[in-house]
Amino acid sequence: MAEALARIGGELDNTQDRPERREELILGGLNDTSITDRVCGIVETRPTKAWFLALLMSLSVLGLLGILVPYLIFTGVGVWGVNNPVGWGYAIVNFVFWVGIGHAGTLISAILFLFRQKWRTSINRAAEAMTIFAVICAGLFPGIHVGRAWFAYWMFPLPNQMAMWPNFRSPLLWDVFAVGTYFTVSLLFWYMGMIPDLATLRDRAKNGIRKLAYGALSMGWTGSNRQWHRYERAYLLLAALATPLVLSVHSVVSFDFAVSQVPGWHTTIFPPYFVAGAIFSGFAMVVTLLVPCRAIFGLKEIITLRHLENMNKIIMVTGLMVGYAYAIEFFIAWYGGNPVEKFTFLNRAFGPYDWAYWIMVSCNVISPQIFWFKKARTSLVIMFIVSIFVNIGMWFERFVITISSLANDFVPSAWDYYSPTWVDIGIMIGAFGLFFTLFTLFCRFLPFIAMAEVKAVVADQEHAAHAAHESGAAHDSSSGAEPAAAGAAG
Amino acid sequence: MAKEARPVLVLGEFEDAETLMSAAERVRDEGFTHWDCYTPYPVHGLDQKMGIRATALPWLVLGGGLTGCTVGFLMQWFMNAVDYKFLISGKPLWSVPANIPVSFELTILFSAFGAFFGMLAMNGLPRFYRPHFRSERFRRATADRFFIGIEGRDRAFDPQGNQDLLSSLGASHVEVVEE
Repeated sequence: MAEALARIGGELDNTQDRPERREELILGGLNDTSITDRVCGIVETRPTKAWFLALLMSLSVLGLLGILVPYLIFTGVGVWGVNNPVGWGYAIVNFVFWVGIGHAGTLISAILFLFRQKWRTSINRAAEAMTIFAVICAGLFPGIHVGRAWFAYWMFPLPNQMAMWPNFRSPLLWDVFAVGTYFTVSLLFWYMGMIPDLATLRDRAKNGIRKLAYGALSMGWTGSNRQWHRYERAYLLLAALATPLVLSVHSVVSFDFAVSQVPGWHTTIFPPYFVAGAIFSGFAMVVTLLVPCRAIFGLKEIITLRHLENMNKIIMVTGLMVGYAYAIEFFIAWYGGNPVEKFTFLNRAFGPYDWAYWIMVSCNVISPQIFWFKKARTSLVIMFIVSIFVNIGMWFERFVITISSLANDFVPSAWDYYSPTWVDIGIMIGAFGLFFTLFTLFCRFLPFIAMAEVKAVVADQEHAAHAAHESGAAHDSSSGAEPAAAGAAG
Repeated sequence: MAKEARPVLVLGEFEDAETLMSAAERVRDEGFTHWDCYTPYPVHGLDQKMGIRATALPWLVLGGGLTGCTVGFLMQWFMNAVDYKFLISGKPLWSVPANIPVSFELTILFSAFGAFFGMLAMNGLPRFYRPHFRSERFRRATADRFFIGIEGRDRAFDPQGNQDLLSSLGASHVEVVEE
C-alpha cells in the first residue's frame, strides 16, 4: 500500500501531484468491509445530538415557510414588496438561485462521470441529494408567485373547461418543461444510483421496519453481474442524457430574461453565463454541506482533502467565468452603443442598487481569488467561509439582474424602488429551512456515500498499487508509468 | 411443510474479485447457462469472463428519445396551431424554432424513462423474493463478498457436483439453497 501521508491541519494530505504515482482517493486503508460499516453505520447507529440539533434548527426555520406561505396565499401577493415596475421580486430571485444550486449535483454525477473523474464517487450521492432538494425549493416559488396558487395547474398543458392551451412561445412555459424534466431525471438518476446501496442496507437490517422499507426501496436487487451489466449501461446513458439536460436547464431559465426586451436582460451571453454561475453556486453549496458532514459522520478518509481541493478549483474556475461575464456585459453595453443598455449597466454599478452590485462582485469575483493559493484550497476554515460568501454573492447576482433592470427601465416616470417586506425575507429564509430539513433527513436515512462506486475505486486503487509493486520488483523503481496507467484504465 | 425441500440454488462464496474472475471463466467453459456472479460493486472484465453479450438497452433509450421528440412537436403543433390558435405578434402559428426547447426537454425525459424503466424491466425488478435471500451468508454479497450462483433451472444442475466444482475453483464456502 501507499507510504504514510503527511498531514495538513490534522487532515491527511493526498493533494500532492507527483508524476511517478497517483495519489489515492480513499485513505486510511479502507476496504469493502470497513467502507460498508462506516457508511451504513451512519444510518444504523443512534443519531447523534448534533444531528438532532441540526434537524431541530432546520425544522424551526421550515416552520417560517409553513406559516408565511399560507399567509401569502390567503392574503394575496400584496404582502410582498413587489410594485408596479418590479413585478418579479424575491420569488423569482429565489427560484433562479435554487435551480442554480442544483446544477453542481448533476455536474458531479453526470459530467464528471463522462470524464471518468473518479473523485466524484465520494461526493456524488450527497451532491445529487442536494440537487433534488434545491429543485424542490425552486419549484415552490413559481407556484406561489402566480398569485392565485390554486390556478398553478394552468402552467401545465392540461385539458380544461376553458378549452385553452398554454402558449408554447413563452420561455416561462419552456421553464416548466425544463425544470420538470430536470427534477424527474435527477430523481431517477439519484434513485437508480442508490439501489445497490439500499440493498446493502436491506441485507444488514436487523428490525422489521428497516427490512421492509429498504427491501421495498431496493426492489430485490441481488448484485448479479447480469444486473450490473444493464445497470451500468443505464447509468452511462442517464449520465449522457443528464449532461445536455443540465446545460439546457439554466439556459432556459436565462431565456426567461434574455428573450424579453428589458435592457440588462436582453443579452446573448445569458445562457453560458447562467450555467457557469449555477455550477459556481452549486459547488459552493456542496462545500458548505460536506465540510461539516464529513466531520460529523466520520467520513474524512472517504471525502478527503483532495476532493475538497478539486471542488475549490472548480469554484475558482467558474468564479472567473462569472467575473468575465460581468466584464463582458459592461463591454457590450458600451460597444453596442445603445444608450438605454449603457445607462442600465452604469445604473447597476452606481445607481440605487449599487450596494447589491458590489456585494455581488466582492463575493463572486474577489473572494474565490484566494483559491490561487494551495494553502487556502486545503484549509477547511477558508473554504467554508468562501463557500458561504459565494452562496451570498450568487443570491445577490440574481437580485441585481432581476431587480435593477426592472426598477429603472425605459421611462424615468415609471421607475420605482423595490424593497422586500418581512414576508419576502421570511419566505426566503424559510426555503433554506426546507432545504436543510430534507438534507438532514437524507443524511440519516439514506446511504450518504455511493458505497458500490467507492468500492470499485478502491479495487482499482489496489490493482494499481499491486501493479506498482510488481513492476517495482521486476525492474527497479524506474517504471512509474504503469501504476498511473492502471489507475486511469476502466 | 407438505412438500419435500427441493434444492434450487448452489452458492459458492469467494473472498476476492480475482478468484471470482477466474472461477467465472471456468464455470462459463463448463457450459452452464443459468448461473450468475454476485458482487458488491461492478467488477470490470467480468462480463467477458462470463460471456455476457451487450445489452439492448440503448435501443430502448433511442426509442424513448424519438417518442419524446415526436410527442413534443405534435403536442405543441396541435395545441397552439390547430386546437387553440395562438396568434402572437403576427408570428406564424406554427414554426419550429420556438418549439425546440420543449421538444428537447421531452426527448431527454422520455429517453431517461427508457433507460430507467428499461433497466428495471430487463433486470426483472422489482422482484422481492429470490431463493438467494434464504442464505444468511449471501447477505454479504452487497457488502464485501463475491458469489457464484448456479440455479436449479440449469441442465447441468447437480447440488453435490456443482458444490465440488465451486470449491475446486477457490470458493471459501459452498452451500445449497432449498426452496
